[in-house]
Amino acid sequence: MDKNKWKGWLYLLPAILFLGVFMVYPLIDVLIYSVEEGYNFASQTYFDIGFYNFSYVLHDPYFLQAVKNTFLMVVITVPISTGLALLISMGLSSIRPLRKLYQTVYFLPYVTNTLAVGLVFMILFKKTAYTDGMVNLLINWFGGESIDFIDGPYWAKMLVMCIYIIWVVMPFKILILTSALSSVNQSYYNAARVDGTGRGRIFLKITLPMISPTVFYLVITGFIGAFKQYSDAVALFGTDLNAAEMNTIVGYVYDMLYGDSGGYPSYASAAAIVLFVIVLTITCINLLISKKHIHY
Amino acid sequence: MIQSDDYSRIKRSARLHKKIFSGIVYLLLSIWALIVLFPFYWMLLTSVKSYSQYNGEYIPQFFTLSPTLQNYVDAFQAVPLARYLLNTFIFTVITTAIMMFVIVLAAFAFARLQFRGKNLAFTLFLSLMMIPNELVIITNYATITNLDLRNTFLGLILPSVTSVFYIYLLKENFAQVPDALYYAAKVDGTSDLKYLLRIMIPICKPTLITIGILKIIECWNSYVWPRLITDDENYYLVSNGIQELRENGLGRENIPAMMAAVVVISVPLIVLFLIFREKIMAGVSRGGTKG
Amino acid sequence: MKVVLQHLTKTFPSRNRKNPEDVTAVNDFDFEIPDGKLVGLLGPSGCGKSTTLFMICGLEKPTAGKIFFGEEDVTDLPVENRGVGVVFQNYALYPHMTVKQNIIFPLQNLKGAQKLTKVQMEQKALEAAKLVQIEELMERKPSELSGGQQQRVAIARAMVKMPKVLLLDEPLSNLDARLRLQTREEIRRIQRQTGITTVFVTHDQEEAMSISDIIVVMREGVVQQIGKPQEVYDNPINLFVARFLGTPPINLFEGQAQGNGLYIGDEMVLPLEGVADRELTVGIRPEGFILTPDGPLSCSLSGVEVMGRDISVVSTNPHGLVASVRSIIDAENRVDTSNPTVRFALKPRKVLLFDRQTGERVAFQTPQMNR
Repeated sequence: MDKNKWKGWLYLLPAILFLGVFMVYPLIDVLIYSVEEGYNFASQTYFDIGFYNFSYVLHDPYFLQAVKNTFLMVVITVPISTGLALLISMGLSSIRPLRKLYQTVYFLPYVTNTLAVGLVFMILFKKTAYTDGMVNLLINWFGGESIDFIDGPYWAKMLVMCIYIIWVVMPFKILILTSALSSVNQSYYNAARVDGTGRGRIFLKITLPMISPTVFYLVITGFIGAFKQYSDAVALFGTDLNAAEMNTIVGYVYDMLYGDSGGYPSYASAAAIVLFVIVLTITCINLLISKKHIHY
Repeated sequence: MIQSDDYSRIKRSARLHKKIFSGIVYLLLSIWALIVLFPFYWMLLTSVKSYSQYNGEYIPQFFTLSPTLQNYVDAFQAVPLARYLLNTFIFTVITTAIMMFVIVLAAFAFARLQFRGKNLAFTLFLSLMMIPNELVIITNYATITNLDLRNTFLGLILPSVTSVFYIYLLKENFAQVPDALYYAAKVDGTSDLKYLLRIMIPICKPTLITIGILKIIECWNSYVWPRLITDDENYYLVSNGIQELRENGLGRENIPAMMAAVVVISVPLIVLFLIFREKIMAGVSRGGTKG
Repeated sequence: MKVVLQHLTKTFPSRNRKNPEDVTAVNDFDFEIPDGKLVGLLGPSGCGKSTTLFMICGLEKPTAGKIFFGEEDVTDLPVENRGVGVVFQNYALYPHMTVKQNIIFPLQNLKGAQKLTKVQMEQKALEAAKLVQIEELMERKPSELSGGQQQRVAIARAMVKMPKVLLLDEPLSNLDARLRLQTREEIRRIQRQTGITTVFVTHDQEEAMSISDIIVVMREGVVQQIGKPQEVYDNPINLFVARFLGTPPINLFEGQAQGNGLYIGDEMVLPLEGVADRELTVGIRPEGFILTPDGPLSCSLSGVEVMGRDISVVSTNPHGLVASVRSIIDAENRVDTSNPTVRFALKPRKVLLFDRQTGERVAFQTPQMNR
């Protein structure tokens, strides 16, 4: 039996090595970076220990722009995508023929490269000298003016961004909600139908409370995911997000690390920690609210 | 007492309501299906329009009568698209293979073996699940740079193999294998490793395949880490390739060739998805997340 | 209100691609349930009894045939307009609502002239709760209740609108043995008290026999026999019904009618009249044996089980169609366990004859019956 004491650790060894080097150590290291003022990547030296990095980041107009962008994306996309996904899953659950087909189609965005499809969205929305683009064509049909969604006004860029984010996150939400809906025991619906309950009332009084844990799960993961938004923005607006006024917090971190303004791991660490604190706070608030509203 | 004609009126209106309702449902579902499919259609369509045709259309056409494959040739010639695909393939296969090896051993240790400190170790592992990638990527970038592993496959792969979540998922699956099988194997004198290879892995094959496919999707689409760690075209993955293509490659205006490249990059995963549809969807609904 | 089922048939499209024939769940069910009776639909699982129940309540549409409530044809009427109350097998109590909210829920759906005020609803809910004696549990959630209490809540919810017909799907199957006994008495009492026509589904023959006014025995979608429980037990129409009813189950033997006697092996166990010579399956109820040293049927003794009031003699017979012969005899009898052979005489009314091939009942007379 003495041999067995070590055997378990032996099996864990590869995992511990990888996690240790690439997760636990970085976690400690990032805290150190964030308080080392004036760290130089090449010489690996610093002047002082303190909170100047945080102060710098929090006063950097690019960072504030990124925070504003990220919050806007979160606030717009999370409720809309969750609501829309709920609507679509409800529809999916109420039909039988073609259901599999619809489910398969709806899941497609999940398996595609967001960078690649982002390009398609860009050409659909972009206005160039040669063409106003697909979407502007539709707008013109309804009597509207052409807008450049990619290099145009801020609200238009934000709109495309949100549309694309929603398009990308929907498959996951639809899938999770559909399986939550199908796990609600059919006899609840039978009982409600026997009692003559209308569709709206069944939804509000039975379905929604029964799947509320899943909805809250989706809202929480949705918030976390949306706060870490980055590659979808790159897909639409290119790597120089600061110039496009569409940078996100994660984008700011990477730009600080590497990129046009790069080479400042201390600022990047401070920004990453700020992001982590924001996400943690929002998640805690979410959990508190869900505790209050999930009844069983 | 309700009268007969009341009954028949109720019957008729109930049937009508049902029809209208399901009509609306199908309409809404089809609209969303159209929104999902349209970008795919557009990319396919644009990729077979000739350069001159595309740029000649001030008002985009919804179909083309003279499809061409020239754009695909252009895409492969203008940028090393084949190179990107090969790189991504190598990266994906090796990363997935190493990850499977690591997580199978770890999950087996947690699910089956008895050793001191197991519960503490498992709790620590679980708590690592909450750590966002963004927090650790900074140091990893420094580590890989200091080890002089930029622009190497090793540098690309090493930080990508860890996945606490998959260890957790697999451990749960391993734990469902009845204890009796383990004891029976022990009585027959089977070693732990042999038990893992001969019994656990075959029984849990469905989960292993699911995890493998999810990891493949993740690798194929990974962008952030490769972008940080490679600036040599020879080590670009498809995502970086696409970005490169867009910003420097074909010239901003050759959109049909760009779309051809996008099609080439998207097809492998879509084929994989259509083959393993059930497995992927079941796996994702058990707790996968995007990104 | 009486419920009439006319040629009720339900087929489901086959899910098996190799065998694309439709599955017939219920075949030509023809029956009139008299007003105010308690009817038990009885059969093994998959016999179509639940499908029948769901057709009566309107959750399933019949493929053919009609359903009448009183004089009204309700075949195509949506479930919510039928005025039925249903208790589901797993009760289907909404887990996020209290008992009171669960019971009130159906009342809140009423529209137009039937609409109730809040006070009226509370009043009705309380009445229903009193009927099933759960008025002190009104503020609890279903998860805080025992199985028996949940069952009562489900009944209260089904009863609160005073339905024309009450339907119960396997109402006792989720309860343990003791609660089951108690709850079936409860159902009987509530049904008597309210006089609502009630149909319930069960696979447990004892349950059906003990509380039903009428039982309907079904097999593979086909009604086998309808009647009062005792009648069906005493006069089963075929071998299936005879085997399905009674615990311990009926004992079966290979036998022949020959001359004027019923033979099991070489032993003539009963004198027979009115039966031509033929091969038979002989069924003997456990209570149909009389332990007597000069009885005509000999069996080898395997054991004696004392059950208090009665004893159960377990024995084997080479011509038995079941593994062991179980007979229930009065506890005053003494069984000589040292003797490997026991001999029985038979009570003619407890002996049932069936055609060996078809399993149809074969009527007979015996001189002993007239005595």
